[in-house]
Amino acid sequence: MEKSISVNQLTKRFGKFTAVDAISFEVDKGEIFGFLGANGAGKTTAIRMLTGLSKPTAGKAMVAGFDIQRQREKVKRKIGYMSQKFSLYEDLTVRENIVLYGGIYGLPNKVIREKSGLMLENLELKEVSKTLVKSLPLGWKQKLAFSVAIMHDPAIVFLDEPTGGVDPITRRQFWEMIYEAADTGVTVFVTTHYMDEAEYCDRVSIMVDGRIAAMDTPYQLKKDFQAKSMNDVFLQLVRPEKSTAL
Amino acid sequence: MNDSIAIKVDAVSKQYNDHTVALQEVDLEVRRGELFGLIGPDGAGKTTLIRILCSLILADSGRASVEDWDVVKDYRKIRSNIGYMPGRFSLYQDLSVEENLRFFATTFGTTIRANYDLIKDIYVQIEPFKKRKAGKLSGGMKQKLALSCALIHKPKVLLLDEPTTGVDAVSRKEFWEMLKQLRDKGITILVSTPYMDEASMCERVALIQEGRIMDVASPEEIIRKFDKELLAIRTNKMYQLIGDLRQMEQTHSAFPFGDFVHLATREKIDETSLRQYLRDKGHTSIQMKPIEPNIEDCFMDLMI
Repeated sequence: MEKSISVNQLTKRFGKFTAVDAISFEVDKGEIFGFLGANGAGKTTAIRMLTGLSKPTAGKAMVAGFDIQRQREKVKRKIGYMSQKFSLYEDLTVRENIVLYGGIYGLPNKVIREKSGLMLENLELKEVSKTLVKSLPLGWKQKLAFSVAIMHDPAIVFLDEPTGGVDPITRRQFWEMIYEAADTGVTVFVTTHYMDEAEYCDRVSIMVDGRIAAMDTPYQLKKDFQAKSMNDVFLQLVRPEKSTAL
Repeated sequence: MNDSIAIKVDAVSKQYNDHTVALQEVDLEVRRGELFGLIGPDGAGKTTLIRILCSLILADSGRASVEDWDVVKDYRKIRSNIGYMPGRFSLYQDLSVEENLRFFATTFGTTIRANYDLIKDIYVQIEPFKKRKAGKLSGGMKQKLALSCALIHKPKVLLLDEPTTGVDAVSRKEFWEMLKQLRDKGITILVSTPYMDEASMCERVALIQEGRIMDVASPEEIIRKFDKELLAIRTNKMYQLIGDLRQMEQTHSAFPFGDFVHLATREKIDETSLRQYLRDKGHTSIQMKPIEPNIEDCFMDLMI
């Protein structure tokens, strides 16, 4: 299986504090990988390194075929990013957002025109293409944000708490979009502390105090920890002494 | 006057200036001493309802009361007798833990000592950091301090707006344990949350969506009322599975639920022929089991 991300002994220290402590893992092409951890476990620091925003203190990682120590700019061109909090410009229209991001990604005008037509069609947003993003329902915004995050055909898309707080049906429609993208070969890297989002990933890793404490399919983890949900697995790992289900 | 009702909402509607309809004819009763959950996604109207109950905003129509005090007429009474924790952290970031608590006590004309019993179990967990500025606390600790401040005047009713949003699973669990203890001390608690799984922590819940209350009952009752047959299914091709299940005539709904797809049908479905159907579509490693619905299944069923 082709590896989309491979991380070997990746470490980040801030002075005496080790935020990420020699973590190693691999993510396959087209896999939906959940990257979990409590607040302060080192998730954000690790992602900043994988997306080329921060330099590791030690260790090595290849992301989309590029070295994150020496080829950070190339890494950035091969990835997409979406966060629930900020991804779209609220005061621009739907179409303006698409065109703006297309430009930022360096796509030729012709491609941007074709892509925006296709995206508006697929998302059924044609009628609201001239509407300001801020007046769209949250679920529509999220679907648009995801499409924008993959419009430059990245090898990997990083999603930060993509569906927290949305209604359960919209959340599922969103996961179906993610499945569809993964089906076409895009690797999906999801970070979240909503444990119910973790259930949708092919495989998850759970960080505790800078290290990866567990990594497997949600199905296997639940089995191994004799847990009903990922929430329960998480509680057992983070607070072993208080491990009753929520 | 009804002795057993702590919060009463009667046909309350609210629309904002940008024409967003936040609440439509909402009726609700929360019993005295109850731990009651207001459960729904972002934008459902949870915050609007809580703010109306706190007397912070006015409803367009309808009436609401807390402990028989009308939210309009008796707003002063309400403000001095309820504890409110807004969704966004709203303590003074530049004051220390201890200073915040003292400030809230003084504002309500009381002292920390007078009501220490009520907050003790919560406050001891943050007491080691009492000299630290509130702005420098972790998410879980901020939440404990905010709850302590909301309790310092011994309120009869607590109104908590999404206290567990954005905190990790461990802090979330601890927070619910604290709420149960407070409920055992006789405080009525109305708590809103977008996490469906938290319904099970409440005695009764209201499921709210787009400004309407879809159902009010105990979590067990809501699950009992679910009138479809439910199968959890998993195969080697999960994305394709959703589409294949939706094509079947008997299907009411098919939604991904983590590592399984939940198939709801009106009539019980023959598992052997379903397996055959899936094999014909190219699925292997087929797993299938009848399951009880959870609150999320019920919530979605009410939405469709």
